[in-house]
Amino acid sequence: MAIARLQVPATARAGEAVEVRLLVQHPMETGFRREADGRAVPMNVVNRLSVTYGGEEVFRAEMGSGIAANPYLAFWIVAKSSGEVVVEWVDDKGDKGRVAQPIAVS
Amino acid sequence: MKRRAFLGTAALLGASSVTRAQKLLPAQDVGALVARITGGAVPERGGIEVELPPIAENGNSVPFRVRVPSPMSAADRVTALHVFAERNPRPLVAAFHFGPGAAKADVATRIRLAVEQKVTVLASLSGGRWRLVERPVLVTAAACIDEGV
Repeated sequence: MAIARLQVPATARAGEAVEVRLLVQHPMETGFRREADGRAVPMNVVNRLSVTYGGEEVFRAEMGSGIAANPYLAFWIVAKSSGEVVVEWVDDKGDKGRVAQPIAVS
Repeated sequence: MKRRAFLGTAALLGASSVTRAQKLLPAQDVGALVARITGGAVPERGGIEVELPPIAENGNSVPFRVRVPSPMSAADRVTALHVFAERNPRPLVAAFHFGPGAAKADVATRIRLAVEQKVTVLASLSGGRWRLVERPVLVTAAACIDEGV
C-alpha cells in the first residue's frame, strides 16, 4: 500500500478557491531501469489518480512514466460545502491507495 | 479516447526508438498524438502559461506547472490538459482532467525528461476548442537513459 500526503486547508469560505497539494510515495518505475544483476525492472507507475470532493470528481490525472518518482500534484478546487477531499489511485500492478482530508466550509 | 488504447499506440510509437542508443532519442511526431486527441481539429496556438525551467539540472524531476486563464464556468471552461515530451521514450507524459468543481485550470507536478527537447501542452476547452503551446527545455542530467549507456 502506497503512502501519500494530502494537504487541503482545514477551513474555507464558501465559493473560495482552495489549493489541494498531494504527494504520493511511489517509485514510478519506467520499465527502462535494470537491477544490478541485469534484470529489467518492470514498468509500474500510478496510472490513474482521481480526486473527489463531496462525492463529485473534481480532478483526475492519467499518468505515464514521464511523471517523476513520488508524484507531486497541486491543483485548485472550489470550496462549496463542508465535505471530504478523497484521493484514490491505482498503479500498473493493481495496487490501490486512498487518502482523505475534510474541509470545513463556512 | 480510451487511454489504454492511446498509451498502447504511444508505446508502439516509442518502441521503435527505445533501443541501445537511447541517448539519441529521435523526436517523435507529437502532432499525430495531438491529432488523435483532437480528432483532427487544429489547435489554436498560445493561451497557455507553462512554467518550466529553461535548463533542467535533473531530468528525473523537473518542476512543471501549467495554467490556462479561464473563468471555469459551465459554459467556458478547460476540461483537460495533455502533456507531451517528444524525445521521451513514451511521449505522452500525462493527462489532467478538470471536473465541474475545479476552481482553476492550473496544475503543478514534476516530470521526467529524457533529453533536451520540446515539451508540448494541449488544452481541451469547452465547445470543442483546443489550444497548444510548445516549450523548449535543456536537460543537463538526463532521465531514463540507463539502457545502453
